[in-house]
Amino acid sequence: MYRYDTYDQAMVDARVEEFRDQVRRRLEGHITEDQFKPLRLMNGLYLQLHAYMLRVAVPYGTLSSAQMRMLGDIADKYDRGYGHFTTRQNIQYNWIKLEDAPDILADLAKVEMHAIQTSGNCIRNTTSDQYAGAAADEVVDPRPYAELIRQWSTFHPEFSFLPRKFKMAVIASDTDRAAMKLHDIGIQIVRNEAGELGAAFYVGGGMGRTPMIAPCINPFVPLDQMITYSEAALRVYNRHGRRDNKYKARIKILVHELGKDEYTRQVEAEFQHLLGQNIEPPLAELERIKAQFADPPFEKIGTVPTFEIDRSDPDFALWVDNNCLAHKQSGYIAATISLKPIGGIPGDASGEQIRLMADLARDYSFDECRVTHAQNIVLPHVRKDQLYALWQQLDAAGLGTPNLDLVGDIIACPGLDYCSLANARSIPVAQKIGQRLAAKQQEIGELKLKISGCINACGHHHAGHIGILGVDKKGTENYQLLLGGCEGADTSLGQITGPGFDEDGIVDAVEKATQFYLAQRGEGERFLDTYRRVGMPAFKEAIYG
Amino acid sequence: MAEVQYRFRDDEPVADPGVTVGAFGEQSNASAVRLEPGDEARDLIPHLERIRLVEVNFPVFGDGRGYSSARILREAGYTGELRAVGEVLVDQIAFMRRCGFDAFAPDVPLDPADADNAFGRYGEVYQPTIDGLAPIWAKRHG
Ligand code: SF4
Repeated sequence: MYRYDTYDQAMVDARVEEFRDQVRRRLEGHITEDQFKPLRLMNGLYLQLHAYMLRVAVPYGTLSSAQMRMLGDIADKYDRGYGHFTTRQNIQYNWIKLEDAPDILADLAKVEMHAIQTSGNCIRNTTSDQYAGAAADEVVDPRPYAELIRQWSTFHPEFSFLPRKFKMAVIASDTDRAAMKLHDIGIQIVRNEAGELGAAFYVGGGMGRTPMIAPCINPFVPLDQMITYSEAALRVYNRHGRRDNKYKARIKILVHELGKDEYTRQVEAEFQHLLGQNIEPPLAELERIKAQFADPPFEKIGTVPTFEIDRSDPDFALWVDNNCLAHKQSGYIAATISLKPIGGIPGDASGEQIRLMADLARDYSFDECRVTHAQNIVLPHVRKDQLYALWQQLDAAGLGTPNLDLVGDIIACPGLDYCSLANARSIPVAQKIGQRLAAKQQEIGELKLKISGCINACGHHHAGHIGILGVDKKGTENYQLLLGGCEGADTSLGQITGPGFDEDGIVDAVEKATQFYLAQRGEGERFLDTYRRVGMPAFKEAIYG
Repeated sequence: MAEVQYRFRDDEPVADPGVTVGAFGEQSNASAVRLEPGDEARDLIPHLERIRLVEVNFPVFGDGRGYSSARILREAGYTGELRAVGEVLVDQIAFMRRCGFDAFAPDVPLDPADADNAFGRYGEVYQPTIDGLAPIWAKRHG
């Protein structure tokens, strides 16, 4: 994993002091809430319905056990004993006091963490594949490239007041596990025919009220020009992105209005100019970072008695089948800890659970864990013969739910329970659906269900096989149903089925959709496959008919 | 016109207020020009020789186009005064300095102690700009 050197540390330490000063000025009344707002926002601090919410950056979702433990301690010390893992691979605390915020940042800095640019109209935390460094199908570990982007984007002097927020993702396999094409910039590290690595740039994707799939504007930017190319893409956006209407201010609207070709032409022209400005870090810097993401010391077959999984416990076998992914290293496996117990709040974990996961990462996974954009935790490198012992500890702590990518593995935003922008609650809907379909979820199989409490789409409802969007209908909470969304290599956007539902109605509607699927499904078909084959009208008939 | 509160240059300040980009093209003797956020900074590049002051206006602090305008002018070799005017707040001035601004005339004068802190807060930077500070990666690789 990446470790800070004195430069990186000095940067976050300076930020802690700066923010301490800003909070002091606010508490002493030197600045108004209006003037304070942009400052706290650039530190990830939001004023929510009931309290301040602090969002902490987890770069590309990777955490050491010491970092994870600190996140658990912060939950207990400054929050009400919980942390909430988000769809941006970050963690949020919902019950923070303003006067505590500088101390929290100081605690985070002790373990090389921060909340820099977790909000505001700037380049946000860069996300990546949660199985980076473990997946058998990756060209290379994408995280060094994400780290290079993290450093370049941190306190970028030109791009701290963009038209709107800006999200980047970096992946390195064709199986896109980071919803890369639904980002402002998605980068896929690829290998060309000559065997060289480069970066394919996808620009202008996003969710929100106008969801768009990012087009590829350059299939191969050499690695020693990746930062310069990013700078060009951002400069065109900073100068020409719309600022007259916040709902049209994301880069996707600029790319759409200019057209992909014209936007690309402007980026290429700016790129040619910037190539002469020597802003690109040398490849030696990339190599320095890469060295820190070297494989952990995997044990080779033969040095330990057995690498096999003992499947004699059926509950364990079910969890293995649902929650584990093949590893690039034989004898190892990547295990996902579901934060979606039946009836629970998606993505929430108690301080105690977070610390337990930290210990398990230390003992079973070379000191490392990951946050996934589906709001779960991954232990990326578990030796197969130790998997059962790991699972027993998870299960005892309520962390052994075997439902990865099943209908109970719901993504939900905080919604009206916390969020001041919400139209409707997300969490109770997730809980009810989880309970209603619990007994059926294994039979139903893969079904990604995603819920947003408003059009801002933090719950990625456009990309759910089933999506649910909370809307306001004459002052009451109402829910629209979407079908057919999907992220990944075959990204598609969900379509609205028809009139919305109340809270109980949406649970019924989801159940009807799953029943219809079970009745219709062909050999080996997932929900999404059946939907794509059968089409919207038939599902509509089943739901409303 | 707001007072210039900070100026990091030794030459004599230009007394005249900046003219608009439109007027600048027609007045061949003007040496000061004022850029609004939507103006094309590159239109000034053919005239850099005779420009001694560019005022870049920030009507609201959240409109960040002026940062790009400033860098574009510096990257094109402009060496005259680059002055940030308008809603220039204490927490923006360090970014502005990095983009090439060397004078500040905020609508509301800044608290001097806060401004000094802000100018000096970050000794290290991750990105090279035309401000001459060596980025961290350059220091790492000597
Ligand atoms: S989708 Fe809407 S309700 Fe949900 S977290 Fe985002 S802004 Fe809040």
